[in-house]
Amino acid sequence: MFPFISFEWVWDIEHVVFMGGLWYAVSILGIGMAYCIIKAAIDKKEV
Amino acid sequence: MDSAFIPEGVKRCPFPQFLAGLGLAGVVLAWGIFAMLLCWLKGLNQTNMNDSYGFALWIWADLAVIALGGGAFFSGFLKYIVGKDELKNIINFAVLIGFICYSSALLILAIDIGQPLRGWFIFWHANVHSMLTEVAFCLSCYFGVLTIEYIPLILENRQIDKIPFFHNLSHNMHEVMAVFAATGAFLSFFHQGSLGGIAGVLFGRPFAYREGLLVWPWTFFLFTWSAAAYGPCFTIFLIKLLEKITGKKLVKDNVIDLLAKISGWMIFTYIFAKIIDTWYWAVVTVQSKGQTLMDFYDDNMFYGLWILVAEIVVGGIFPALILLTKKGRNSASLLWAAVILACLGVCINRWVMVLQVMAIPVLPFEDWALYYPSWQEIATTILPVAYGVILVMISYRYLPIFPQEKELNPIESH
Repeated sequence: MFPFISFEWVWDIEHVVFMGGLWYAVSILGIGMAYCIIKAAIDKKEV
Repeated sequence: MDSAFIPEGVKRCPFPQFLAGLGLAGVVLAWGIFAMLLCWLKGLNQTNMNDSYGFALWIWADLAVIALGGGAFFSGFLKYIVGKDELKNIINFAVLIGFICYSSALLILAIDIGQPLRGWFIFWHANVHSMLTEVAFCLSCYFGVLTIEYIPLILENRQIDKIPFFHNLSHNMHEVMAVFAATGAFLSFFHQGSLGGIAGVLFGRPFAYREGLLVWPWTFFLFTWSAAAYGPCFTIFLIKLLEKITGKKLVKDNVIDLLAKISGWMIFTYIFAKIIDTWYWAVVTVQSKGQTLMDFYDDNMFYGLWILVAEIVVGGIFPALILLTKKGRNSASLLWAAVILACLGVCINRWVMVLQVMAIPVLPFEDWALYYPSWQEIATTILPVAYGVILVMISYRYLPIFPQEKELNPIESH
């Protein structure tokens, strides 16, 4: 699942595309939520 | 009693009546949970699955709710990407239904894998050559998207919204919702497709097998297309049902009309493609495998030729024709008929692609393998329905699900 950590990881096109797609989607969701939460906290402080 | 939590300007039933409704659905939920615990504690011997049926009622239910829940991703796609702004009045409910459908699908999968404690294996020990792995990835991520889309609705509850942090969070999430919706549409395209792709690549089962484009059999595209086409019909069906139950108009006619019209065109084009696919499969693919169309239909009660007619004509052509005409969309009874037939049509399609595939003999000495689910399978399949009813009840009571409700149902001041 994780490059460098998981013993099953292989640097081939299947792993890069499959797992890359997963991490890409998870990153968008994670960064998006982090942005919303941090901005909400900053906005609250400014008020 | 709970009036402080109910959105302003709308009327809800008395709290005891609400509790009684919750209790009723709760009994069914408890029955499903009991059956679920039996499956987890005693194992999959509680089901009637066997060597012929590794996929059974649960997988059909999974595929069906995922298709019916397609209204969420397609409405989101239409609103945020295509720019159909009228759909903002329906998107909250579509998200709620999508959230219920996808959480139900994940719950059913958690029962189906037999050992839910090993559910994370599909991520940790991912088989990167499997369409099911892609389905698991996209399904989980899309459920994350739906949760993110549902959270702002919860935060808009009258009392929660008073807390500045939650008010800001809800506002910020709405601002970037297009990014989440686009991610959701992308994920949906792939997992809806891969669910169809799983059947399409079964070259040992000519009933399911299809040619295709690169690694994707035609069923990949047909499944995505059908979910986008039929999903909105399920959303409309539930809105109409809720309007009947509450005795209120919740969404303006022009919004329903727009979604029904788009759905009608989607079903029409889908069913056209499906007919071509079926015809090509019957005269080319099947013949190339040394079989004929009638090898796949029998005179048993489940799988006569009637099921093909029911799926394509009754559940496809009829609703498409009704929804394409203004007269059909404007007539309450015809609209009801269209959305019900459409929902049945897509459910039959998923049934055929999961269970008829398993029933058909693949070797000359085999007979049709029919399957009857155990009560535990039925109870656990009804469980998500009860869970959905409860979540809709709670959400409708406490959250601003229908932005037009206040305007359509003004409360008379005394």
